[in-house]
Amino acid sequence: MTDITTEKARIGAPSAQPFINGFTEEGESLSPVNAAASKAPLAGEAVKRHSHGGGVGIPDSSRAGRLTSYKLADFKPLTGMEEDWRFTPLKRLRGLHTEVLNGAAPSVSVTAPDSVTVETVGRDDRRIGSAAIPEDRVSANAWENFTEATVITVPAEVQVDGEVSVLLTGQGTEASALHVVIVAEKFSKAVVVLDHQGTAVVSENIEILVEDGAQLTVISLQEWNDDAVHASSQQAKLGRDAKFKHIVVSLGGDLVRVTPSARFTAPGAEVELFGLYFADAGQHLEQRLFVDHAVANCKSNVLYKGALQGRNAHTVWVGDVLIRKEAEGTDTYEANRNLVLTDGARADSVPNLEIETGLIAGAGHASATGRFDDQHLFYLMARGIPEEVARRLVVRGFLNEIIQQIKVPAIEDRLTAAVERELAATNH
Amino acid sequence: MSTLEIKDLHVSIDTEQGTKEILKGVSLTIRTGETHAIMGPNGSGKSTLASTIAGHPRYNVTSGTITLDGEDVLAMSVDERARAGLFLAMQYPVEVPGVSMTNFLRTAKTAIDGEAPKLRTWTKDVKAAMAQLRIDADFTQRNVNEGFSGGEKKRVEILQLELFKPKFAILDETDSGLDVDALKVVSEGVNRAHAEGKMGTLLITHYTRILRYIKPEFVHVFVDGQVVEEGGPELADRLEEEGYDRYATGAGAATIAAASAAAQA
Repeated sequence: MTDITTEKARIGAPSAQPFINGFTEEGESLSPVNAAASKAPLAGEAVKRHSHGGGVGIPDSSRAGRLTSYKLADFKPLTGMEEDWRFTPLKRLRGLHTEVLNGAAPSVSVTAPDSVTVETVGRDDRRIGSAAIPEDRVSANAWENFTEATVITVPAEVQVDGEVSVLLTGQGTEASALHVVIVAEKFSKAVVVLDHQGTAVVSENIEILVEDGAQLTVISLQEWNDDAVHASSQQAKLGRDAKFKHIVVSLGGDLVRVTPSARFTAPGAEVELFGLYFADAGQHLEQRLFVDHAVANCKSNVLYKGALQGRNAHTVWVGDVLIRKEAEGTDTYEANRNLVLTDGARADSVPNLEIETGLIAGAGHASATGRFDDQHLFYLMARGIPEEVARRLVVRGFLNEIIQQIKVPAIEDRLTAAVERELAATNH
Repeated sequence: MSTLEIKDLHVSIDTEQGTKEILKGVSLTIRTGETHAIMGPNGSGKSTLASTIAGHPRYNVTSGTITLDGEDVLAMSVDERARAGLFLAMQYPVEVPGVSMTNFLRTAKTAIDGEAPKLRTWTKDVKAAMAQLRIDADFTQRNVNEGFSGGEKKRVEILQLELFKPKFAILDETDSGLDVDALKVVSEGVNRAHAEGKMGTLLITHYTRILRYIKPEFVHVFVDGQVVEEGGPELADRLEEEGYDRYATGAGAATIAAASAAAQA
């Protein structure tokens, strides 16, 4: 494994020089379109005026130009050629992009301290759509087809002891839709665990609203059965000085595609996005994240780590970070590291950093995919540790960096055990 | 009483320009209780000898033998060598992210002894050894060598030496990059391990400075992959004054012959 620090690209240290008219630190302003259209962090103005006509299009090369809509009809049928679907085997989506999603949705069972409000609501609830808007056809399909949603509210200023546990149990292989809204009201503090188990073919929208000064951790565990297919859009909207930590752990399922995003709407907020995935033979585990620095003085830090073993184990990581023109003082770093344990596995890793202002504290991205580091192995073996044990120690160590971010002991133990099981299946 | 015997060792590495021979026939015998210093200029093959004994895959032994009490070391894998009682304190200890020192030390000790150490005494031993080497207690929670300074890494190497109790310790430029205080601490650690009387030490160094704290009985001078001069501690003193200049690289043997002829005259 190469050391990612060598690839670190840091941009920053803005000069105090005044701009030349028509120029920014990034060069000539060729089009007023970006400036005009990049104001809003979410929905509304940020929606590419696709179906309504008359709007100016934002070039598709920018992440800001991605079509967003609550209507399935606004999204063209998928061909697999689309930028955001090019790595996904559509045939294995089992209709999530083509069928009406009216199968039995995974059951939702919430265990939470009394201070947390849990409701089951209809489609017309005012909180639906408060934090998210679909960015792809599969997400829009779920939005159009869900019948009821679970809304979890952490009331203002409540500090929740222990975690809110949401068990989502698959009900079979009929394509279904699921909707969950998590609201952390002002100055509240909570940890929410989304625990996906069983067999399901499901497209899911998770809306996450982190209000001013709130601190929220959301952990999404995908420990599905081998035949599950899961698409999950998890969009978070952050208020002033909000702190949001998001951890994705994908271990089970035939195809799992998680698309987390975090959008800043006011200064002073911070997000940390972590991910861990372990793909076995034939598994497709995909994660595409988006951090939208739409306002000034926010921070983001992204680290996803994956291990792959077995023939046709395939992982995809795409990290889009957008620093809009208004987002002066942004500090962001994203990294993805993959450890390929056997032949025949494939890891795709694409860090994208778009910067529309040079007046930032820092911006960096890194990606490294490698085999075992022979130097690590030599060091451990030179201390008497047999090769097999040393390899396990290294993989465990590699993934442990993410597990130890969870800070819920029961879940950390469970995931450590799950990783051990994955490792035990390795044939060297 | 154990013996580590190196006989006519030839070692090469593969480079882009082809195979390059680095050790050109090295013979050396170390017994329990002895301290041997190997000294020499940069690029003379000192560290290659250390890595070859430990079994680093980069180095190919083309001829010669290494035996530990008659057992063929070259036939052993890296971990088998360590379990047989060889310990290499590395010049550049590797950072192993995600593996805590506690976990690492216990796993290694278990592998070397063939059984898990008793938890209570082990924890106590680790604590005591760390205190003597002036390593902060919180290092056990940190990942192996991760973010350690150069001096801290070297101290942690010696910590392992003291805890694993090898038959032979090979110290590969453990003194380089250390300030005087750290050098003293590290040397004391080596001397403590040595004082138990069950260990032989091969001390590889570029400088004579460490020899003020660790006293070798034997000094071997390495030039261009060969031992060009051998002697007692007085040889180190001479090197301190004269440096390696008199051993012109590439003409080592001839220089030695001339030097000893001059000494006799």
